[in-house]
Amino acid sequence: MPYITINHKEVEFENGMTVMQACELVGIEIPRFCYHDKLSIAGNCRMCLVEMEKSPKPIASCAMPAAEGMKILTNTKNVENARKGVMEFLLINHPLDCPICDQGGECDLQDQALHYGFDKSRYEENKRAVKNKHLGPLVSTIMTRCIHCTRCVRFSTEVAGVDDLGLLGRGESAEITTYLEKTIKSELSGNVIDLCPVGALTSKPYAFKARPWELNKTESIDVFDAMGSSIRIDTLGKKTLRVLPRMNEEINEEWISDKSRFAIDGLSKQRIDTPYLLKDGKLVIAEWDEVLVNITQEISKRGKENTLALSGKFTDIETLFSAKYFLQSLGSNYFDCRYDNVQFIENQRASYLFNSSIQEIDNADAILLIGTNPRWEACVLNARIRKAYINNDCKIGLIGKKLDLTYKYVHLSDSIEHINDLLNNNSPFSEVLKNSKKSLIIIGNSAINYRDGKEVLNVCSEIAKKYNVANNNFNGFNILQQDISKVGAIDIGFYNQDFAQNFDQNIKNHINKFNPVVFLLSGDEINHSILEGAFIVYLGHHGDDLAQLADIVLPSPAYTEKSSTYMNMEGRVLQTTRCYHPLGVSKEEWKIFRALSNNFSQKLKFNNLSELRNEISNLFPVFKEINNLPSSSKLEFGSSTKIEDRVLEYNIKNFYMTDVISRASITMANCSREILNKVA
Amino acid sequence: MNHPGMINTVSNINSNTFEWSEENFSKVKTIIDKYPSGKQQSAVIPVLDLAQRQNKGWLTKNIIEKVAETLSMSFIRVMEVASFYSMFNLEPVGKNFIQICRTTPCWLRGSDKLLEVAKNVTGCNLGETSKDDKFTLVEVECLGACCNAPMIQINDDYYEDLTEENFKHLLLKLKENEKISTGSQIGRQSSEPKRK
Repeated sequence: MPYITINHKEVEFENGMTVMQACELVGIEIPRFCYHDKLSIAGNCRMCLVEMEKSPKPIASCAMPAAEGMKILTNTKNVENARKGVMEFLLINHPLDCPICDQGGECDLQDQALHYGFDKSRYEENKRAVKNKHLGPLVSTIMTRCIHCTRCVRFSTEVAGVDDLGLLGRGESAEITTYLEKTIKSELSGNVIDLCPVGALTSKPYAFKARPWELNKTESIDVFDAMGSSIRIDTLGKKTLRVLPRMNEEINEEWISDKSRFAIDGLSKQRIDTPYLLKDGKLVIAEWDEVLVNITQEISKRGKENTLALSGKFTDIETLFSAKYFLQSLGSNYFDCRYDNVQFIENQRASYLFNSSIQEIDNADAILLIGTNPRWEACVLNARIRKAYINNDCKIGLIGKKLDLTYKYVHLSDSIEHINDLLNNNSPFSEVLKNSKKSLIIIGNSAINYRDGKEVLNVCSEIAKKYNVANNNFNGFNILQQDISKVGAIDIGFYNQDFAQNFDQNIKNHINKFNPVVFLLSGDEINHSILEGAFIVYLGHHGDDLAQLADIVLPSPAYTEKSSTYMNMEGRVLQTTRCYHPLGVSKEEWKIFRALSNNFSQKLKFNNLSELRNEISNLFPVFKEINNLPSSSKLEFGSSTKIEDRVLEYNIKNFYMTDVISRASITMANCSREILNKVA
Repeated sequence: MNHPGMINTVSNINSNTFEWSEENFSKVKTIIDKYPSGKQQSAVIPVLDLAQRQNKGWLTKNIIEKVAETLSMSFIRVMEVASFYSMFNLEPVGKNFIQICRTTPCWLRGSDKLLEVAKNVTGCNLGETSKDDKFTLVEVECLGACCNAPMIQINDDYYEDLTEENFKHLLLKLKENEKISTGSQIGRQSSEPKRK
């Protein structure tokens, strides 16, 4: 490998690195504004100047490719002066409004001005003023502060794939804007706030809420989609003020979706913080003891062996586990996680996991999407597909209704029937799959949430085997789950085969037959009509539609208020961290089930969270290792049946409102109104 | 600076949709064919220029969108180009687009006086269009004909070796829609030494 000399020290670097990256290898940090790891190189801020031997002028280290034998100096007087000069130019037109700027305290310009700034200005002319732009309900702009690094333009063009932002004009009249100030139509638009090195683009909902140094920062996991993105939650007291992405190359790189970032204002609206009991047709506030006794009586009265438990979008492993074992201790095996009727094949892990891992998308050169809209089901994952499309010239095929995915694809068919053709070599995509070196099949919920879901899985598995998508070393057969709770629920066996294929009908039959007690574990997306006749115990944190139908409402903490275990779509075990104590008298679900089990004198065997987690990992060893990617599962199923014609409709109709938290969020309501033109 | 080519907004005064004339559309195709297939965006500058010529010297919102559509680009990318180059006017201009050079050689040779003459004859200030839509007056930096300073450009042509008198004469002729001769106004051939 080639060598470069940095500050008289020889450094080995990889071909293709820039001088700045080579400097970073030896821990020399170069100041920068426009350069960003994940974006193309612009080289227009000039802050990263370093000295290079034989060059009369300092060079921009971010744009200069490192070469064998180069001699670089980063700590000379000359470099210092050059950077001071650049800083002085940048500050000429930058307003001195740090005290009223939201970026204050975490501003790149502020931090670097501390080192390279001049203590007074030599500029006596007027500063330029730029009109603020309207970019939508999420990003607020104070354009006078903009230093034209164009990170936001490059992000929206390259990563988000929406050509909305641009730099108009030139010289002193240059300004960042969207075409005619229309709203940025991207699900990743919030990331430009993090990218902006100054306070030109800031968060609209978080405007003037707090200073970064007064916030409590908790590292946690996002629950709004099945990716389990790494996030940092910033809280002040019992208020979640903002969510920021954490770097995680294997999952979300540096991005999160707008829903993960901005739906948090829903955490303080419509919350259930105390138990409620239905009395004379009205839910009234009750005491814990009272409601628990009530539930116990109802369970005994209605037949404890018929008791039902249904999970929802955010149900964590601890809840699922304690509910399952509580029900089993009552003699009931009626629990299920398939409220959306998404099918899988029992004991075949490969039939519900994203087997290839999210990171492998980067290397794919052909991707077949079946019944999935990744742009809405997992926005950050969609950005990865786009990355493969740009970097590897990845060919993408879609079975399902046409839509804008931010990259070009071949639309194969509206109907799932097309997979028959693929299996029989009759599809335009057959050739692409045959010629590809690493291909992926991504199956969405919309393809397998019908009674023929299992057959679809089997046929797709055959396709994967046929085109070498899956082989002994690699499994490119992927299911794109939508809920963070799903994979874990299936892994701990939170399902009953009696309810397979047609969830709604089967549950309805069960309820009609037994009129049992139903525990809804924040299962808000369940079809309401099937619950008629049951005694509904709702465990959750939001007073959504379903809580109103309940006979008893039990308050439980939201994802920021408890430490929970989840399994993401890859089968990776992830843990959230509690940021503050639950609201009111809410209690973790496992505590509720433990207390209930006491009433039936079949006490569950754990007394605290760590005992519960030990118990879980004893019975299900997959939960022992946290954050690790599980070894890939083999495709051991598959059969070729003829799939019937069915038009694939995507199940998410409004990206900004998919769950209780986002439905309660005002910011998300604004987004769906302004970006999707939908009235909530 | 007041200049219809140096603004960052596009107006929609002329709300008629823009369609390529048959002749220009075939020109557009020729221009696009000069670039490798899939790189049609490279043609954005000549195509914008063609559109500007078709629309009396300025670009409307509809034109920006039409050009974007023709070259399969996003609107903002075309807008970036149109707003960057001062040669693309984003406001209506008069029939005669007068650009007076004010860079040092022309200035030393009396461009300020030319400006005064132009203001008097056309009745408009810098960046303005006369009421009869015959003139738009702007100042520009060096146009590269310093040898025959002072000079100006009207639409596509240079007018060199100007004095207050011959410039006034020139403008009055334009006002009456009479033909004027381009280039040096004192009969000089290219940049040969001035005849005594």
